[in-house]
Amino acid sequence: MTVHNLYIFSRNGVLLYYAEWNRLNKSGITKEEEAKLMYGMLFSIKSFVNKISPLDPKEGFLYYKTSKYTLHYLETPSGLKFVINTDNISQNVRQLLQQLYSQVYVEYVVKNPFCQLNEPIQSEVFKSKLDELIKKSPIFLNRSL
Amino acid sequence: MVVYGVYIVSKSGGLIFNYDHNVPKIEHERTFTYPLDIKLINENKKIVVSFGQRDGINVGHVLMSVNGNPVVGKELEDGTDVLEYLNKPQNFPVTLKFGRAKMTTNEKIFLASMFYPLFAIASQLSPEPRCSGIEVLEADTFRLYCFQTLTGVKFMIVAEPSQAGMDILTKRVYELYADYALKNPFYSLDMPIRCELFDTHLVNLLETVEKSGISNV
Repeated sequence: MTVHNLYIFSRNGVLLYYAEWNRLNKSGITKEEEAKLMYGMLFSIKSFVNKISPLDPKEGFLYYKTSKYTLHYLETPSGLKFVINTDNISQNVRQLLQQLYSQVYVEYVVKNPFCQLNEPIQSEVFKSKLDELIKKSPIFLNRSL
Repeated sequence: MVVYGVYIVSKSGGLIFNYDHNVPKIEHERTFTYPLDIKLINENKKIVVSFGQRDGINVGHVLMSVNGNPVVGKELEDGTDVLEYLNKPQNFPVTLKFGRAKMTTNEKIFLASMFYPLFAIASQLSPEPRCSGIEVLEADTFRLYCFQTLTGVKFMIVAEPSQAGMDILTKRVYELYADYALKNPFYSLDMPIRCELFDTHLVNLLETVEKSGISNV
């Protein structure tokens, strides 16, 4: 099991944070362009899901799976979007995203008066705590081990 | 065991077949007094609930009828504007029926062509090399299975999230497509599928799956 990379988007589509751990394929475009592409795709998936859903959706889109990876998506009611790519066998990734929001984002960004909301996160303590949370979760297992 | 629908999308992204199998009807009727306790707005030529969900009437539901008279677009059949009608206290109490909007054929074609770039971007944004597009997409109310053939035709099944074995079902639908659509001399490639045999076999297949599970097909 492995975690590939993570994106955090604000409610306006600004890339707040990007981190990667095990990423083999480079998309061949800059990080900014890639973030825009990712946000655009998620935005379209959201409206696609709302339309095609046979019942009234509550949480809406949860994840999608391809042959090589799974993209998990968590959107808070305030519009903050957490996106994480893992391999296909990882379990309980949604729980990890929720932890990431409540134990790392809220604690080290929202409660930090020097962090501007809706702007890319520069805080070093956030970076290290996030890295720690991902690395100690059972989903993260480095392939080189 | 519920399958909501089957979609087949051609190589170029056009919807060539759609069958709604088991779509639940969500409708709620209630009598209202003046003023309305929900907020209605006019959106895409429809009257839509924008705020204040209660009694099963949810945000996003469309106004279907006023006192039993069906609403066409934003007007009643006799041409009165619904929002103006509901602003007049003398028209109350009034019975309104709301429901989840049914997709029109046009909207389905639109959605099918929208899925095409999503599928492509998902494979482009992959952290792993040589990755396929979306195979399973899950939301809280449904799960969408997509199977792309070597020739680029996509078979999509929308089913309940708990429904198992749907990836096998997409391949069975592919078999039916190969047998009854492609072998039909009157069928031209990439055009909408209008083959009676295909329809009947597909309906039979879905019914067997719902009754006795995927293992029997």
